[in-house]
Amino acid sequence: MSGARTSTVPEVADTVDAVARLASLPGLTTASEVAADVAGASATGKLLPVVPELEAVLPLRGLRRGSTVSVTGARSVLLALLARATAAGSWAAVVGIPDVGLAAAAELGVELCRTALVPRPGPDVVRVAAALLDGVDIVVVPGGTSMAAASARRLTARVRHRGGVLVAEGRWPGADVELVCTPGSWDGVDEFGRGYLSARTMRIQGRGKSSARVLETTVLLPGPSGGVEAGEHARRLEVAS
Amino acid sequence: MRQRVTRRWRVSRAGQAVPEREAARSVDTRPSDADAGQSGGGKAAASPDGAAGAQGAFPGDAGAGSSGSGERSAADAQQAARLVVVWCPDWPVTAACVAAGVPLHHPAAVFAANRVVACSAVARRNGVRRGMRRREAQASCPELAVLAVDPARDARLFEPVAAAVEELVVGVDVVRPGVVAAPVDGALTYFGDEHRLVESLVGHVSAMAGVEVQIGIADGLFAALAAARRSCVVEPGGSRRFLAPLPVTELDQPGSVLAEFDGCADLVADLVDLLRRLGLRTLGQFAELPERTVSSRFGRLGMLAHRLASGLSERPLDRRKPPAELAVEETFDVPVGTVEEAAYVAERMAGKLHAKLAGRNLACTRLGIYARTLSGEELSRVWRCGGTDGGTNGVPVAARGIADRVRWQFDSWLQGEQRPQSGVVTLRLEPEEVVEASLLQLHLWRGGAGDNPADDDADERAGRALVQVQRLLGPEAVVTAVLGGGRGPAERVRLVPWGEARGDEETLRRGAGAQQEVPTWPGRLPAPSPATVHPEPVRAAVVDRRGLPVRMTERGVLNAPPARVAVDGGPLREVTAWAGPWPLDERWWDPRAAGPAARIQVVVSEGPAAAGRALLLRCREQQSPRWQVEGEYT
Repeated sequence: MSGARTSTVPEVADTVDAVARLASLPGLTTASEVAADVAGASATGKLLPVVPELEAVLPLRGLRRGSTVSVTGARSVLLALLARATAAGSWAAVVGIPDVGLAAAAELGVELCRTALVPRPGPDVVRVAAALLDGVDIVVVPGGTSMAAASARRLTARVRHRGGVLVAEGRWPGADVELVCTPGSWDGVDEFGRGYLSARTMRIQGRGKSSARVLETTVLLPGPSGGVEAGEHARRLEVAS
Repeated sequence: MRQRVTRRWRVSRAGQAVPEREAARSVDTRPSDADAGQSGGGKAAASPDGAAGAQGAFPGDAGAGSSGSGERSAADAQQAARLVVVWCPDWPVTAACVAAGVPLHHPAAVFAANRVVACSAVARRNGVRRGMRRREAQASCPELAVLAVDPARDARLFEPVAAAVEELVVGVDVVRPGVVAAPVDGALTYFGDEHRLVESLVGHVSAMAGVEVQIGIADGLFAALAAARRSCVVEPGGSRRFLAPLPVTELDQPGSVLAEFDGCADLVADLVDLLRRLGLRTLGQFAELPERTVSSRFGRLGMLAHRLASGLSERPLDRRKPPAELAVEETFDVPVGTVEEAAYVAERMAGKLHAKLAGRNLACTRLGIYARTLSGEELSRVWRCGGTDGGTNGVPVAARGIADRVRWQFDSWLQGEQRPQSGVVTLRLEPEEVVEASLLQLHLWRGGAGDNPADDDADERAGRALVQVQRLLGPEAVVTAVLGGGRGPAERVRLVPWGEARGDEETLRRGAGAQQEVPTWPGRLPAPSPATVHPEPVRAAVVDRRGLPVRMTERGVLNAPPARVAVDGGPLREVTAWAGPWPLDERWWDPRAAGPAARIQVVVSEGPAAAGRALLLRCREQQSPRWQVEGEYT
């Protein structure tokens, strides 16, 4: 017995040492630290909730106030990000995206009465977005090439200061979380013109600025009801059981 | 036993008041012994206020409410003040007709959400009733002028009437556009007799403002309104007897005190309906119920209705004069001369005032708006705030209600006939009368997210930010969406500028649990909807296997399955899957949209590795280009 104890103690100590060494590296966080961060942030209201299916790709399992999220590849993922927060009483504003599908947004769960739209903000998108950030929790702006790097930096700083969340459609320099979406194939239609578009698989990869880990999930987006539904493998398991 | 003493006035267009029927006793009623002390006290309290009256104090209220003498019993405190009410029948219609240039003898009705909210007497004679659908109303009166509801217009056009009344009576109080109330006590010292007052008012208002009015005098606003509707004068202390034979539907008259006070007309309608079904047909029968029974069965709204039916003051506690520091005053370096500037200022100051009041758990029921222009003109007006009316888009109603009133007032000052000679440099919002905020709270009926005070705060902050953006870009630039009926993804969405009524407040008030029921539309595509909807449809070309354009036939089918699609002049891409067509049988009256039409969904291949693009295409045979991309499932 005593022999066994003497052999385990150094092992534990080694592991603790190793974790401590790893944790001291810049850009690395331990799982327990992440969990503590999440609990702390959601308890203090610093985290805006998202639908459970999308929690898996966000490092903090929600939208942290003061952060910037870029979504590339699929607008429906962007709309789905707004759903839970607006339903829970937060406000969102969509600036400079005149062709957003609002019926789809409602189907994804976005509360339209708390979603303001500024379809044509004119030449100074940054000024409008900055004014909105004074009172609106989530501001959606077009990213990518339509936004100059200097403007993007100004907005990022503004978001950090005002405690809102900036969601960019397209790439955003220095985004805290990047979601890269890869739409998959559609269900419900065939080459003979039967049925209707009903569901699509969507692979989403999330990468936080502060962690090297890539979070990944596959969901049905939109699902048969128009909302987000658990990924296809999960659905198959359900059917099998 | 005292008899109800009334006198009817029929007001001719020329403005002469003709006594129609006189009751047995003279109108100069001597107060009975029971009333003597109270009315004497009222007069005594009013006289020192007589001097202050010129500066905008309200002798009647001071007498009824917070007179310094602490001897007033609880029953006396509940006794309502004696008021004269000047009522313009069907004011929304009158205002709309004047604004739209419709002659007043032409049948007209004002509609909101396809229902009649007010109609003129001519229309009523032709069978139009409140609550009718437009089609129904037009069926019974084909020449009916259909006008839209617009509270701001009503308020603006009402200003001359209020001004005309104010020339004769001090302490005028605009209950709502169409109704002015004023305390009688002060005016009586000048006119001596209530009937002389009525006569003068009728003549003066018709001559100055050119509108037909009815006038009533009674204790308490509710009774006075009912009296005005019947053009009669109720003797002091006789309100309860006067109200007793009236039907309970009196509680649900358009914009009655109760509906205004609670801001939820349908709840009042439900209550009235319930009372009728319980066999309580008259206000008197309802008033006879013990207060305790009413409160346990009908809740707070029922209590309020019961108080009104009993001829008591509509507010259970006595009004107190607010301490001076509640007023909000601002001085502008640049005079405010346009309505837009005024709206912005109003929003900000209303927010401040609301915050001050909320901090003391008070709500403002009468709001004084005082302005001084650069050239020294003094403008003032007192508005009654229902406390909970006018809330849109989830912004706390009290603050918005205050802001609306300030904006309307500016609207009428700046666009009225007696336009001030220069811009406004000082604006002062003064709560003339406040009550405990809990008395006006709506949250009792409001479920869901609205219950949380933190949410209200968030709503208000968001509202301010959106108004700020409207100031930068114009009021039309900030919109929210309402889903409605329609087949296409774009047709289903109605964009409402921020600050205007969305038309689904009813659903919001009922709480998040009651999801809005969008009626089903035949021919609508099932969910999911496209996440990208082009505001201007993009042209497309759809060809079959042989490269010939795909067309719609008269029977609503495609002449060949689509094989390749080009979007906006781009290269032709293979169609890997498609669905449809969903024929569109609509807009047959529009020559540009006539002819066979349908929607189809296609999945277009983007290369061997990438997943396909899913598009929603619309085909109209008579249109060029024939195929258009309406939306994309991104």
